[in-house]
Amino acid sequence: MNYYVRRLLTLLLTVFFVVTLTFAAFRIIPGNPALTILGTEASDEQIALLEAKLGIDRPLPEQFADWLKGALALDFGQSLRFSEPVLKLIQDRFPVTISLSLLALAITVAAAVPLGIAAARSKGKVADMIISIGTQLGLAIPSFWMGIALILVFGLALRWFSVSTYVPWSESPYLALKSLLLPAIALAVPQIAIVVRYLRTTLLEQLNLDYVRTARSKGLKERSVLFQHVLRNALLPVITVVGINFGELLAGSLVVEQVFTLPGFGSLLITAIGNRDYPLVQGMVLLIAFIVVTVNFIVDLSYRVLDPKIRMK
Amino acid sequence: MLNNKRHYLWVSIILLLSLVTAACGSSNSGGNKNNSSGKETAAPSATAEPKQEENKPEGGKVEGGSVVVSIPQDLDYLDPHLAVAAGTQEVLFNVFEGLLKPNEKGELYPAIAESYEVSPDGRVYTFKLRSGVKFHNGNAVTAEDVKFSYDRLAGTATGKPLSPAFNSVESIEAPDAATIIIKLKENNTSFLTSLTAAVIPNGYEDSNKNPIGTGPFKFKEYLPGQRISVEKFADYYVKGVPVLDKVEFRIITDPEASLLALKSGEVDIYPRIGTEKLEELGDKFQAVSAPQNLVQLVTFNIDRKPFNDIKVRQAINYAVNVDEIIAGVALGKGTKLGSNLSPVLAKYYQEGLEDTYATDIEKAKSLLAEAGLKDGFETTLSVPSNYQFHVDTAQVIAQQLGKIGVKVKIEPVEWAVWLERIYKGRDYELTIIGLDGKLDPYQILNKYLSDSPNNFFNYKSTEYDNTLQSAVAEVDDAKRVELYKKAQTILAQDAAAVYIMDPNLNVALNKKLAGYKQYPLYVQDLSTVYFTN
Repeated sequence: MNYYVRRLLTLLLTVFFVVTLTFAAFRIIPGNPALTILGTEASDEQIALLEAKLGIDRPLPEQFADWLKGALALDFGQSLRFSEPVLKLIQDRFPVTISLSLLALAITVAAAVPLGIAAARSKGKVADMIISIGTQLGLAIPSFWMGIALILVFGLALRWFSVSTYVPWSESPYLALKSLLLPAIALAVPQIAIVVRYLRTTLLEQLNLDYVRTARSKGLKERSVLFQHVLRNALLPVITVVGINFGELLAGSLVVEQVFTLPGFGSLLITAIGNRDYPLVQGMVLLIAFIVVTVNFIVDLSYRVLDPKIRMK
Repeated sequence: MLNNKRHYLWVSIILLLSLVTAACGSSNSGGNKNNSSGKETAAPSATAEPKQEENKPEGGKVEGGSVVVSIPQDLDYLDPHLAVAAGTQEVLFNVFEGLLKPNEKGELYPAIAESYEVSPDGRVYTFKLRSGVKFHNGNAVTAEDVKFSYDRLAGTATGKPLSPAFNSVESIEAPDAATIIIKLKENNTSFLTSLTAAVIPNGYEDSNKNPIGTGPFKFKEYLPGQRISVEKFADYYVKGVPVLDKVEFRIITDPEASLLALKSGEVDIYPRIGTEKLEELGDKFQAVSAPQNLVQLVTFNIDRKPFNDIKVRQAINYAVNVDEIIAGVALGKGTKLGSNLSPVLAKYYQEGLEDTYATDIEKAKSLLAEAGLKDGFETTLSVPSNYQFHVDTAQVIAQQLGKIGVKVKIEPVEWAVWLERIYKGRDYELTIIGLDGKLDPYQILNKYLSDSPNNFFNYKSTEYDNTLQSAVAEVDDAKRVELYKKAQTILAQDAAAVYIMDPNLNVALNKKLAGYKQYPLYVQDLSTVYFTN
């Protein structure tokens, strides 16, 4: 109990810390939202009028306190750029980004675990070599480049997928999946490479330990040694990697969304930053920070399930 | 507790991500060239029906259809009176109309008005409204609607004009349902083009959510950051216009993604496509390319040393080889300039100025020597990083100036920073920018007035101020033209900036489309576009 309370407090503190820093950072860097909205032809009166309307002419502590008060009540204010509530903009975009990240995560796990096992089992053989070369490539190719390559091959040459059309899940789950599959693959490839290499190493480490010899000597089949004993232990560090990389997936999806023109967080965050749309940036950073911290929390909890020896203090 | 460090790792990564993105700048979100009003003082009285010229009528004309246009940035407001960004104007052009409307040649023709007269002293404008013009909600347009709209812009009730162009309005009257009389405080020949501003229904305050205009297309749907859709307005007063049933403006900020969308057929029209991309498309698509009434220039901060010395400014003008820039950066698709006006405004354009500073390295060096800078100097050229075109230009210029011993450091700046620090704060040495097209020369040249809030050149010349002020007040057409030409000559002689070119605006279109008209304005006119079979 004690542990969970403390974890929760750290979690909240971390998120608060992120938000405060974001607020401060964005007020320090130059740029004026009103000016950016209105551009070069605006008169000084038009700019002043808009500044007052946006409330950005007030003292900074007042703005921050106001925002914080609202955020506690889940009211993140109005976007400066879109004159719509931040929460609504986030709600519209979030499903795209999160489903893209989750899909990429599913692909990563589905592809990486068998590949990692295969590589460990065929250590030093041709299959291991091929997988190793594959993961090297996967690590070297950036997602956005991969995305462009996938569009060129599957979108333009083969015409299997349509490019730059996003269909929401509510409209057609099949088409939604179809529009997210290519970007999810682009996003998953480097992750698969990381997880495969990691899993292969931990599996090989475990295979050299005493308990494996014991298991083998008591006559267990190699298959059950691997799946019942070794894999369980080898997965522990792998889950850590997957957990940590979930944040990377989120960050990566912001970039990949741009390549595939998916209406997710990526374009919204970039627009928000480019326009100094403070409330929108803060709302989005808050949400992303919250997700990442929570995922880490869940990863910690999962250790306990996988290995009851680990005590949470 | 396990792995607390990881949280901070994550926190820092998120922060870094946001900071890096901030520093790199958004690739296009700042593409707000602005163009609050189109202009051209056409013949003071005109009754002609709008001409509907179709450009390439090949193959049969197909009625209806739906077109997707890719636009690089989101809209600032749907309310046409609040919208300032040019990227918004180009979309709303299809939805709203004013008393007057510009055509593809940059001339004004009557739209909601049928005819108008200007009093001899240039202070009273009398408009007769066209009959049969309807709003998208089905109501007929009356003089009261016009009065409401222009009062709103002039801030008659609030005392705060929404548009600076309406500052000079003294009163707006609607003596009967079909007549509007606008009185100005003083003669202002550039005012007429302000009357292209949108007319909205009397008392209507919901324009930002559900805009209602009189244009060929009516508003259907807007999803912030994604798209704005408009559909055919069947009651439009010009018969046979528009042809298309539906137009979607899809916001695609990344130029590569735009190109891919065009290639895959998701997008039919890609305006402002880069010249290199256009060449890459080959002949699978139609291409339109024409000057766009934009002035690309290198500005000096004239308050700063050594640019306060005209000799230094002239030396740099002699050292910059504009032809090389046009060939190298615009791949030949640009029109050389000598002052702050594009030849698109043929009537006012002063010819010959583009050769004022024909490239002459020796002369440039000797001018520098006369200014006491024999060994050259170091300076910083700030470029808005979201405009690749300007960034490329900066690189060529840095290399050219190197030949006369001027060491140029290129500083890329994010658009939001450019606006605040360089444009408003005037804190820079050299910068490159494109100053964009109005139809009235005064609206373009007034940035150079000594007291203009947007005089980011810090240019000060009494002679120039007097010339431009008398030009805008001059009722006689020929005399006014002469004064505007003189103003351009003064800028060239003072080497107020290095005028480079009016880069062509390129548009790539689906081969099945016809009837697209390119404007010397920030406008995408879809009303005449149609499919062929």
